[in-house]
Amino acid sequence: MMGFIWFWLVAVMIVGYVVLDGFDLGVGVLHLFLVRTEAERRATLASIGPVWDGNEVWLLAGGGTLYFAFPLLYASAFSGFYLPLMIVLWLLILRGVSLELRNHIEVGVWRALLDGVFGLSSALLTIFFGAALANVLRGVPLQADGYFFLPLWTNWQPGPHPGILDWYTVIGGLLALVALTLHGALWLSIKTSGELAQRTRGIVNPLWLLLAVLTVVSLVATIAVRPASLNNYFNFPVTFLVPVGVIASLAGIWLLNRKAQPVKAFLSSCFYLFFMLAGACWGLYPTLLPATTGTDRDITLSRAISGPHTLAVGLVWWGFGMALAIGYVVFVYSKFRGKVDLHAGGH
Amino acid sequence: MTAELIHRLHFAFTITFHYLFPQLTMGLALLIVVLKSVALKTGSEQWDRAARFWGRIFGINFVFGVVTGIPMEFEFGTNWARFSQLSGGVIGQPLAMEGVFSFFLESAFLGLFLYGEKRISKLMHWFSAVMVFVGSWISGFFIIVTDAWMQHPVAYDRLPNGQFEVLSFWHLLLNPWGLHQYAHNMTGAVVTGSFVMGAVGAFYLLEGRMVDYARIFLKVGVIAGLVASVLIIFPTGDLHGKYVARNQPAAMAGMEGLFKTEDGAGMVLIGQPNEETGQIDNPIVVNDALSFLIYGTTKAEVKGLDQIPRDQWPTALPLLFYAYHIMAGLGTWFVLLMIVSAFLLWRQRLYQSRWVLWALLLSFPLPYIANTAGWMTAELGRQPWLIYGLMRTNEGYSNTVSASNGLFTLLGFMGLYSLLGLLFTVLIYREISNGPEPKVIPAKAANAK
Repeated sequence: MMGFIWFWLVAVMIVGYVVLDGFDLGVGVLHLFLVRTEAERRATLASIGPVWDGNEVWLLAGGGTLYFAFPLLYASAFSGFYLPLMIVLWLLILRGVSLELRNHIEVGVWRALLDGVFGLSSALLTIFFGAALANVLRGVPLQADGYFFLPLWTNWQPGPHPGILDWYTVIGGLLALVALTLHGALWLSIKTSGELAQRTRGIVNPLWLLLAVLTVVSLVATIAVRPASLNNYFNFPVTFLVPVGVIASLAGIWLLNRKAQPVKAFLSSCFYLFFMLAGACWGLYPTLLPATTGTDRDITLSRAISGPHTLAVGLVWWGFGMALAIGYVVFVYSKFRGKVDLHAGGH
Repeated sequence: MTAELIHRLHFAFTITFHYLFPQLTMGLALLIVVLKSVALKTGSEQWDRAARFWGRIFGINFVFGVVTGIPMEFEFGTNWARFSQLSGGVIGQPLAMEGVFSFFLESAFLGLFLYGEKRISKLMHWFSAVMVFVGSWISGFFIIVTDAWMQHPVAYDRLPNGQFEVLSFWHLLLNPWGLHQYAHNMTGAVVTGSFVMGAVGAFYLLEGRMVDYARIFLKVGVIAGLVASVLIIFPTGDLHGKYVARNQPAAMAGMEGLFKTEDGAGMVLIGQPNEETGQIDNPIVVNDALSFLIYGTTKAEVKGLDQIPRDQWPTALPLLFYAYHIMAGLGTWFVLLMIVSAFLLWRQRLYQSRWVLWALLLSFPLPYIANTAGWMTAELGRQPWLIYGLMRTNEGYSNTVSASNGLFTLLGFMGLYSLLGLLFTVLIYREISNGPEPKVIPAKAANAK
């Protein structure tokens, strides 16, 4: 029971991270090619300025939760994905610094450089996160002791000895890039006005088409790479509602955007991300990290979970703390709701 | 080089660089609350501008603290996987709590403090400053709790698979080691914050500009600096030292360079520990002082390294000795400088005393050195243990990450952090050059758009 609860609590943290940091990553990608003038650029960045840092906290809090609830998984995955994680860290550093510091620098060339770094690191991060999730869904070559070390790539095939990148995980990366760019575009169309908002809405449709195709491709590919992903669904057929939710929310994005209801379209995109991630987690449960080297080596819930007392203690403060955290999030977003106002201060 | 050494350097380098930023933000957060409180009470626009100026410095430091802090949470898993697997159930808790209880709070209210001043009332803006302070100090608390458990493991049990499990939430959080260390560490952060604020004030006065703000900075910096410099020695440093001596005798012997157990042990002020001959070269010693400081009587016995098995000696003995002595020596200088400055402030002569202003200006890097040396003392003193008495450092690093993979990413971090350091210096330099006065935009620039 504790295992079930903590599995889904970690999943909630991941969904929280993807939904929230997802849109500011997406805005980062968009700002590479969508904005034309300095005023537009400032509006774009101001739409995420007060919140991106709080959004990133979900990654840290989620990582910490994973750490104490499933120490073996945390230890194995973090050391096994050593090189890509280090690259993720470097990208997060470059992204955070370039975003914050462009406001402190007036020289055009430096600003352009920082803008480029910010956009590129945002794009690469979405690709890395998507590929990371695909790596977990595909499985990794676990040794008997529960550890592994993955090279960046091998023969690009998801066989027993894959690399971090193969055709399947690349699809995962592209899916995340497109999904979060769309997510960011919907956010931006809420927060901005005028020409920029129009251009943003214009880009939603092509992104949506691309996302629809990639969603189908990735679902088929996941089943092909790890057929066991379907087991839970057939055992509990009611859970086929999750893929139905994916389709419904995807359709919702299209329709609501056409009706020029950006807030609802954005929420629909949140639901899309939620259903996709929940569906992936359900496909795994109760495995946490499948082994390509034989299912007896899978890192499962029961193998990775912390002691009962640890988890009971954790449940108390976690519930209390996250309730507070959600309170702050709601509070801050309500203070900064509405269109970006470029004359409202800032540093 | 062995994998163990690389992984140790990896963590040591990234955390040392990281802690340059939080020690200032934690100290400044308190001082910004002071500035905002005066501004709120007196309605003084000048104090509000002073608060906004330090808010900008805080903001830059905060960003660098955040981006260099994220790797720390990852490195437990990437570089110290075997340690994390066994201890995650215990130390993963305070680390997760830091995110849940502190980072959400801090990031929410910092966003409001820096970007939202015009959207909220004055009182609410003051309140955001207080919340940023609370958030940053909670954050420090959970990190100290984590380290304290490694220094002095309490309230744990071992599961059949070797994993550690928390037995009591409150005993974990209220680990006496952690409480001592927290008090000592946070006063250390206030020392950094107040020295930096005082130094900027001294800089402006020596330059003869921003004079009104310079006086505010000096006043707040010197008063806070005096209080913190005294507190860091007594009682926090004193208590923490006594606790270390009783619970980690090997660490204390290494810090003091005490090779032989003595009744009435002397304190070495200066010297070089020689591991081969087992004595201090070129020492200057105060007789009986160490016994007195630890046990309150000049004749008490202090355990030397001779009573500790050789394989449990701190592994980097001279480094430990120097780090501790640098910290203690600088701590003495802080008190002396602040007593003189505070006296002159009281006699209303500080703003004209150029020599003291110069000393205040040039002393701003020293708290950074002292805080770093203090942390080196704590972490080197714990060696060869990763979890004191329970797990050795060479049992904790990631087996699957080879030495050269570790070296590769360590070099990557060194390169990236050099760049960050450069960028940071430029940005802070600009903020200080611009000063607290709001920029007057010349009409020409406005038309040029």
